[in-house]
Amino acid sequence: MSSEVRADTKIKEERSAKSKRKKKKKTSDPFGGWRESLAGWLFIAPMFIGTSILVIFPIVASLALSFTDWNFVSGYANASFIGFDNFIALFNDDVFLKSLGNNFIVLIAIPITLILSLGIAVIINKYIFFKDLFKVIFFMPFISSVVAVAVVFRVLFHPSEGPVNQFLMSIGIDNPPGWIADTTYALPSVMIILIWTSIGFNLIIYLAGLQNIPKELYEAAQIDGASAWYQFTKITIPLVSPTTFLLFVTGLIASFKIFDLIIVLTEGGPANSTNIPVVYLYQQAFIELKTGYSSAIALVMFVIILVITYLQFIGQKKWVNY
Amino acid sequence: MTQSFDFRRLTMTIIMALIGILFMAPFFWMVSASLKVEEEVLTFPIQWIPNTWNAIENYHEVWTGSLPFLMLYWNSIKVTVLTTLTSVFVSSLAAYGFAKINFKGRDLVFIIVLATYMIPPQTLLVTQFLLYRWLGLYDTHTGLILLNSFSVFGTFMLRQFYLGVSNEIIESARMDGAGHFRIFASIALPLVRPAIATYAILRFIWTWNDFQYPLIFLRSEALYTIQLGVSSFADEHGSIYSLMMAASVSAIIPLLIIFVIGQKQVIEGIQLGGVKG
Repeated sequence: MSSEVRADTKIKEERSAKSKRKKKKKTSDPFGGWRESLAGWLFIAPMFIGTSILVIFPIVASLALSFTDWNFVSGYANASFIGFDNFIALFNDDVFLKSLGNNFIVLIAIPITLILSLGIAVIINKYIFFKDLFKVIFFMPFISSVVAVAVVFRVLFHPSEGPVNQFLMSIGIDNPPGWIADTTYALPSVMIILIWTSIGFNLIIYLAGLQNIPKELYEAAQIDGASAWYQFTKITIPLVSPTTFLLFVTGLIASFKIFDLIIVLTEGGPANSTNIPVVYLYQQAFIELKTGYSSAIALVMFVIILVITYLQFIGQKKWVNY
Repeated sequence: MTQSFDFRRLTMTIIMALIGILFMAPFFWMVSASLKVEEEVLTFPIQWIPNTWNAIENYHEVWTGSLPFLMLYWNSIKVTVLTTLTSVFVSSLAAYGFAKINFKGRDLVFIIVLATYMIPPQTLLVTQFLLYRWLGLYDTHTGLILLNSFSVFGTFMLRQFYLGVSNEIIESARMDGAGHFRIFASIALPLVRPAIATYAILRFIWTWNDFQYPLIFLRSEALYTIQLGVSSFADEHGSIYSLMMAASVSAIIPLLIIFVIGQKQVIEGIQLGGVKG
């Protein structure tokens, strides 16, 4: 704790002249000092203690567990340190590698979602009546229970009797895809549902982003006789790029958390074609009971998320047009 | 000019309405199938209005059958309401602390808390499970409530609002001898009430829809929440689609009602927070 406090005071000392002036004012503040610090810590205590026990401690513990061969059934005594064996096994595990690959394929859904959401957002924002009603319609899948949605799509995507394939056959497609029952189409089916459920969220954020574009830009373009398409590509797209970037990163991080949908829809099948690391982690931990091995998967996930977060910091400077 | 413009707008509205109907089709199909007799669920072309109504029988079976939804509802309402109250309390206190009290170590703690937000929660399940077994919180509603009570999203979102509370008001209250708890309870909290309402609705929706924590941390059927119930109901009655749809409708509809009532708050809250968590 004291090193944290010291680090923080150091940061404070390094701040600009302006905040130094502020700080001087603060020291003359009769409410500074230890009482203020105590009050601060008391206010954040429930949150900080809860997060420490339920998040920070588990991270540290899984770090330690990932170097053991422990499983739930054998007692603590039977756990032994096995070095990097779990990680070596993991990167020779075809199912894990496939699940990792699947997760990267799922990322294709992000740009598709972004394009559809931006398109709908622009139309809702400018070209139609009953804006609020349409917002609610497109937002509904996002707030609906993923479990119930997955149950519904299990029936809709049924290969022989499902309404989707009956419709396809009625319009003359004799061999429609088997959707979630077919190893080739299972992952695309998951992605379709994912796009359907996430358009609402992306749309709402885009609508907020569109409000920030100055109206004068469009008025000037109209005077110059620019077409709607030209305005869209030359004004809207560049000016919502910060929003696009935010949504891209959010989508990227969310895609590593897809759990409910896959568990209820396919349980990672058929033949692991929809398995992704978090689902595989669950299977290894709670069905195969390999605690050490599943902790190694968790650790690999931490590293991936860390890398993405780092790339996000760099990317923000390079690609975003403010 | 205005007339032709309105005409274009009307055409666009109609086109979007058609897209909207297509977008909602899975919901319509779900509701319609839940009202039918089993033999008619998969007839094609789809009969949106059932030929033979079987709604009462279907819902009666779902609500009072082997895994009664009445019990699931009660469990879900209990867990969701208590989680929402705890989470709003915890996040609100922390948000005030992070926004309005200048204490040592604040920025570092805030960064640590914020960083945990990126981590996929599934990676923590194993150690949380071990911890819960050890603490005796496994297979209890208390344990489940605690899991969703320490929200980084809530703390971050409410902090943004507390930052907007003017410092002059707080300083002058302190001059009058009020402590931070008094200021928090009688000045700051009332000022950010709309934000708290927004967060409470969001937390309610997310907790109601939560599936993975009940799946891992509940074992007794008597403690099941609605999402866990729908999933095991679907596994049990997997071939009786009309019942599965009645179960799905039962899981979605109450939430849709809450959403439609609070939609303005929900949408604004999402726009402000920017992310789900």
